[in-house]
Amino acid sequence: MPASKTVEIAVGVFVALGFAALFMLALKVSGISHEGGEGYRVRAHFENVGGLKVRSPVSMAGVRIGRVTAISVDPQRFDALVEMTIERRYDNLPVDTSAKILTSGLLGEQYVGLEAGGADAVLQDGSTLKLTQSALVLENIIGQFLFSKAAEGGGSAAPAKP
Amino acid sequence: MPDSASPRFAEVLVRVRGLRFSRGTRVIFDGIDLDIPRGRVTAIMGPSGTGKTTLLKLIGGQLRPQAGSVEIGGTAIHALSRSELFELRKGIGMLFQSGALFTGLSVFENVAFPLREHTRLPESLIRTLVLMKLESVGLRGARQLMPSELSGGMARRVALARAIALDPALIMYDEPFTGQDPISMGVLVKLIRLLNDALGMTSIVVSHDVKEAASIADYLYLISGGQVVAHGTPAELERADSDWVDQFMHGLPDGPVPFHYPAPAYADDLLGGAG
Amino acid sequence: MNALAALGRWTLEHVARLGRGSAFLLPLLVGVCAVLLRPRLVIRQLFSVGVLSLPIVLVSGLFVGMVLALQGYNTLVDFGAAESLGTVVALTLVRELGPVVAALLYAGRAGSALTAEIGLMKATEQLSSMEMMAVDPISRVIAPRFLAGFLALPLLAAIFTAVGILGGHLVGVGMLGVDDGAYWSQMQAKVQFGRDILNGVVVKSLVFGLVANWIAVFEGYDAVPTAEGIGRSTTRTVVNTSLAVLGLDFVLTALMFGGV
Ligand SMILES: Nc1ncnc2c1ncn2[C@@H]1O[C@H](COP(=O)(O)OP(=O)(O)OP(=O)(O)O)[C@@H](O)[C@H]1O
Ligand SMILES: [Mg+2]
Repeated sequence: MPASKTVEIAVGVFVALGFAALFMLALKVSGISHEGGEGYRVRAHFENVGGLKVRSPVSMAGVRIGRVTAISVDPQRFDALVEMTIERRYDNLPVDTSAKILTSGLLGEQYVGLEAGGADAVLQDGSTLKLTQSALVLENIIGQFLFSKAAEGGGSAAPAKP
Repeated sequence: MPDSASPRFAEVLVRVRGLRFSRGTRVIFDGIDLDIPRGRVTAIMGPSGTGKTTLLKLIGGQLRPQAGSVEIGGTAIHALSRSELFELRKGIGMLFQSGALFTGLSVFENVAFPLREHTRLPESLIRTLVLMKLESVGLRGARQLMPSELSGGMARRVALARAIALDPALIMYDEPFTGQDPISMGVLVKLIRLLNDALGMTSIVVSHDVKEAASIADYLYLISGGQVVAHGTPAELERADSDWVDQFMHGLPDGPVPFHYPAPAYADDLLGGAG
Repeated sequence: MNALAALGRWTLEHVARLGRGSAFLLPLLVGVCAVLLRPRLVIRQLFSVGVLSLPIVLVSGLFVGMVLALQGYNTLVDFGAAESLGTVVALTLVRELGPVVAALLYAGRAGSALTAEIGLMKATEQLSSMEMMAVDPISRVIAPRFLAGFLALPLLAAIFTAVGILGGHLVGVGMLGVDDGAYWSQMQAKVQFGRDILNGVVVKSLVFGLVANWIAVFEGYDAVPTAEGIGRSTTRTVVNTSLAVLGLDFVLTALMFGGV
């Protein structure tokens, strides 16, 4: 075994490396730094949130600016109430900013996309977004598509045998 | 027999009575009595495999006898709790037959080990003590070596230095002379004698070496076949009129001392084939 | 009849060993408490179980991450979801492969060495001679090794996982052309600190560390003090640790992530 000074240094390096790895896992992998606290909250109502989850990204023009912090059903309106936290540095979003639930890729995860409006007033902590567009739910789209096709064909086309 | 022996010692440090110990079905000790006088060198001799090492382990409390008692300074050691036993052992040194040096520690650290574990001496004092002990076994220059770099005889001398590191009141040497050249053997004999006389230690020496044991010991026990066969001062044993003692003390091949491990008759074994 | 006797003997032997192993835990934990007062002893052992295991953990982590990225990409690209590569690599490593593979590597690299070292100390009477010097070998020799191993494994698992994720990045972003931003942001969106990293890397490897080191030091202490006996014990350490880690991993996964 090497001299005790060397041992101590090596062990020190090892422990530091271990904690650095844990630190990296916390910050870079789980993105814990983006959570809670250092942002302001805005809310939006959606008819349907589809596959949106707590911690899904909130982005504007493709750049992530925050994340979803809570999803619940509004007890009066019976639609979905999504609460998101936007990073403090983006504190000049106009009040008429609109929110859409979008999908990255065909089957990718869903996120909230914000589009800035033109008003002068800016969003505050606790503001509610007025203009929203729900998630596209694949079943509904396919259902609508089949329905319209059926309507075109005058209901005469028999469904193909499975 | 020991009762005839006891009165001649002013004070008995280790008293063994009716000790019975067996390994599996093999009986190693069948009720032996021994007295180890305080402040003297007592040699225990006997044929290989009779249980001398076992006896030391029984005295040190590492093995538990099936019957009988071992008392050190009046305390029955097998009745002690583990922590009391450990407290007692701080005053006992033991040189293992194999040396049993800590292979992960250097020679210096091996000898320093008991000092570091049981005392709170400053480093400079530990260093002085360790170097003194190593000097006394002639290995001060080898202090940086690892045990794997030592010869068998050197390792044994380091182990001896470690056993005496705390200046124990009782020290047990399991074959200290094997593997030593005549010079270091002479040094070790003198060292054991000196430690005993100068520091008032009580020493138990297990040895095969009749000449050395007789020259070093104040009192001798010969054990064989689970019994104490003879005991007395070297001079007494020298003139004992027992065939057994005579054969053992003079190393004669023929006589009543069993050289062989218990076995069926040689011819039967060779011809029988079974077992 | 002989077969039955052999089965009976085998069962008794194993039950007895299990009993001795469990009984060993108490003095071991007492020893660990004693060792907390002497951290220097643990530092030496951290070197042999931690630092010396580092190379194999780094290299394996890198390759496991690279292979995961390659396989993940080939599957995901068919669904047009190659952007999710970061999520796949990170979740697999953080929840399962990181703690499990690190524990298996640990058993082979450090656990077996612990068993062999302690077994050899027993065979050469070093443990007995320590007892004769009134020093308890469990708290002086065994507890520091156990504690060091217990602390080292979570760190090794974290290093393994982090290196694996970097290896996945190397292949996914560097060679296969996944977008760098997507690799990290998709990962961050799906990996949660509490549920995935704490549960996966930290809690799992603490449990594995307890079991792996307990097995390793017990097998050493319980070894038959001969060359053959130590060899057998060493093998048992690796086999039993691997089985225990894989079995416990299933139980822990079921408890943490549900599904059963
Ligand atoms: N661990 C053990 N298990 C079973 N039997 C043992 C064990 N250790 C020793 N024995 C047996 O006990 C007997 C006494 O052994 P011990 O080591 O005490 O002999 P010894 O007198 O010291 O011999 P030597 O002079 O050769 O060192 C031997 O016959 C040996 O076979
Ligand atoms: Mg012996």
